Amino acid sequence: MSLAYKLDNLSKTYVQKKKLVKALDSVSLEISSGDFVSIQGPTGGGKSTLLQTLGLLDMPDSGDIELDGESLANFKSDQLSDLRAKKIGFVFQNYNLIPTLTAIENVETALVPLGYDKEQRRLMAEKALEQVSLADRANHLPSELSGGQQQRVAIARAIVKGPQIILADEPTGNLDESTRDEIIGLLESLWKDNGITLIVVTHDSAVAKRAKKHLHISEGSVTVRSK
Amino acid sequence: MFFGYLRRELTRRKKQTSFVALGLAVSIGLVVVVNAAAGSIKTAQAQVLSGLYGIGTDISISKVDTTFQRGSHRFDFPGRGPASGSNTFSRSILNTQPGVGTETSSYVTKVAGVAGVSNVTATLKLDSLDFSGSLPTNTGSGNQNQGGSSSPGTGTLTPPTFSNGGGNGGSHFDINRVTVEGIQTSANANKVGPLSTVTISTGRSLTSSDLGKYVAVANSTYATSSSLKVGSTVTVASKKFTIVGIAKSTSTSSASVSDLFIPLDVAQNLSGKTGAVSNIYVSATSADQIPTVKAAIQKLDKAATVNTASDLASQVTGTLGTASDIVNNLGAWLSLVVLAGAFLIAIFFTLSGVNRRVREFGTLKALGWKSRRIVLQVLGESLITSLLGGVVGIGLGLGGIELLNKFAPSLSASIQSATGFGHGFGPMGPGGFGPGHQTSSANAVHVALNASASVTILLAAIGFALLGGLLAGAFGGARAAKLSPAQALRSVE
Repeated sequence: MSLAYKLDNLSKTYVQKKKLVKALDSVSLEISSGDFVSIQGPTGGGKSTLLQTLGLLDMPDSGDIELDGESLANFKSDQLSDLRAKKIGFVFQNYNLIPTLTAIENVETALVPLGYDKEQRRLMAEKALEQVSLADRANHLPSELSGGQQQRVAIARAIVKGPQIILADEPTGNLDESTRDEIIGLLESLWKDNGITLIVVTHDSAVAKRAKKHLHISEGSVTVRSK
Repeated sequence: MFFGYLRRELTRRKKQTSFVALGLAVSIGLVVVVNAAAGSIKTAQAQVLSGLYGIGTDISISKVDTTFQRGSHRFDFPGRGPASGSNTFSRSILNTQPGVGTETSSYVTKVAGVAGVSNVTATLKLDSLDFSGSLPTNTGSGNQNQGGSSSPGTGTLTPPTFSNGGGNGGSHFDINRVTVEGIQTSANANKVGPLSTVTISTGRSLTSSDLGKYVAVANSTYATSSSLKVGSTVTVASKKFTIVGIAKSTSTSSASVSDLFIPLDVAQNLSGKTGAVSNIYVSATSADQIPTVKAAIQKLDKAATVNTASDLASQVTGTLGTASDIVNNLGAWLSLVVLAGAFLIAIFFTLSGVNRRVREFGTLKALGWKSRRIVLQVLGESLITSLLGGVVGIGLGLGGIELLNKFAPSLSASIQSATGFGHGFGPMGPGGFGPGHQTSSANAVHVALNASASVTILLAAIGFALLGGLLAGAFGGARAAKLSPAQALRSVE
């Protein structure tokens, strides 16, 4: 199985309240394509930093990161944007939907950087909403949808472009138990059906249990445990 | 996606969009009104100047009589008469206005020869004063309570007051004052100078065949008040002139047109000023030649007062002058301050909008949107808001102009004459009455403001709106572009 990510000796330090915080401390790990990985750890331990680094939203202070075997060390901002647009889908804890756009328009935002025309975008977005069983809510604004429905729109936005990787940051953090199961079930089935690499940051052990590989991060150091 | 997203964002933030647009609208409306008012005042000034100096006149030349002294223009009255009763008398003078100097015909020829001069005409402006009445013969006995006082045998008199058709102390005076202008009768004479502001409504104009003849063209206002028509006669300097035409002013400032126009040679002979002219009107071959022509003319006689239209515009006084000062100074500054304020408000709200949308922009960047696309989105929203403000501002401006035209009072204007002397009667010199020194000009005219927004002003208003939008969008866009996606998403968490 090919590698989706290879992280080599990554370090990242922040200054927080005049104190140096080591978010990533010489992290080296490999994630294979098609893996379902959970990341757990205490608050402030570096989970989000690791996820943002994997999502190419933030670059390390030192070390190298490879995506699909390609080193990103010398990539510029626009090149990283292109990679994100093509290969990575994000699901956030707060859904992060654009409040003024309808569900289908929110899904379409992921296709804008890829240069699809209006009709293509609309067709692809409709299909993605069908996959998450929200076709009937396509023209609703986020404020007209429940938390679970909003997260399903966010998942549709993440999968609409057919990404290789989905990064989910506490995707069930704001949901009740039954909705949590529904959402994690949806992500799991998408992982199974589409062969994508699914990386989930979660505090919830019930969610983490479904993953095939577990990362624990504390004070910037990562330990790996496979099922 | 760009326009749909833009429309949704603007309608979602209705309050902010309306506030920014309204701020710009008010400032742009003010700019439109101030500019329209300034334009109308300029037009009014041009009307005043054309009325006073003639349409097409680029340069006017006059001269101050430095030898003028108070009392030099005077009537002499009969001395002691019979012991009782009264003396009747009649006097008339035809002279240049007090303090007004003259140039010679050869000077006019030299002016015509200056490079860049296309047309020249010269006139001799005169005041014709007829004074008739009766004086009590006992006024020479010394002081008295009624009437004037005189020194016995000297024939001098200092009456306390007088007015047209009035008298005092048993005296009775009639004073008739007519402004008479000797004009050249050549075909080109009416292309520049005072005749360029009149049309002949009845009869004919003066021609070269009128040289030496006692014929006159009457100003229609004067003709009406004096019941004159073509064929009537009028007495000037004891000579009867036949009216051959009635001239009607085409300018709003008809008050500045002389009562009678007579042949220049006749005016010169009757006033004893052979070959003299008091006013010279020059048109230049082109507008950019005017400063050069003015300098060349000034060199011909350094004592002459040479004014261009712009020189004269600065001498316009009265409420028109005040309005001009207000519009050009206060109005312009106010517009600038309000415009700058509106720009700052637009920038502030755009920046604050970007700060509120950090998560949104961070998410879009996470989805692969490049910074320039987000900057374009912010810029587009800002430009549309500003454009909306510009359109509303134009509406407000046009409404303001309507109100200005409806409620603004008509403005009065006068020009300080080049000589510093005006018409009228001042303190009397010993031994008679005479027009004296007077500081205010008699050439006061009333003009109504007729403000209108030109296409240039409207385009400038849209330009200002776009500039405001561009500035606000540039600041907001720069802020959005600087956002790192990780920081943007972290700031929410």
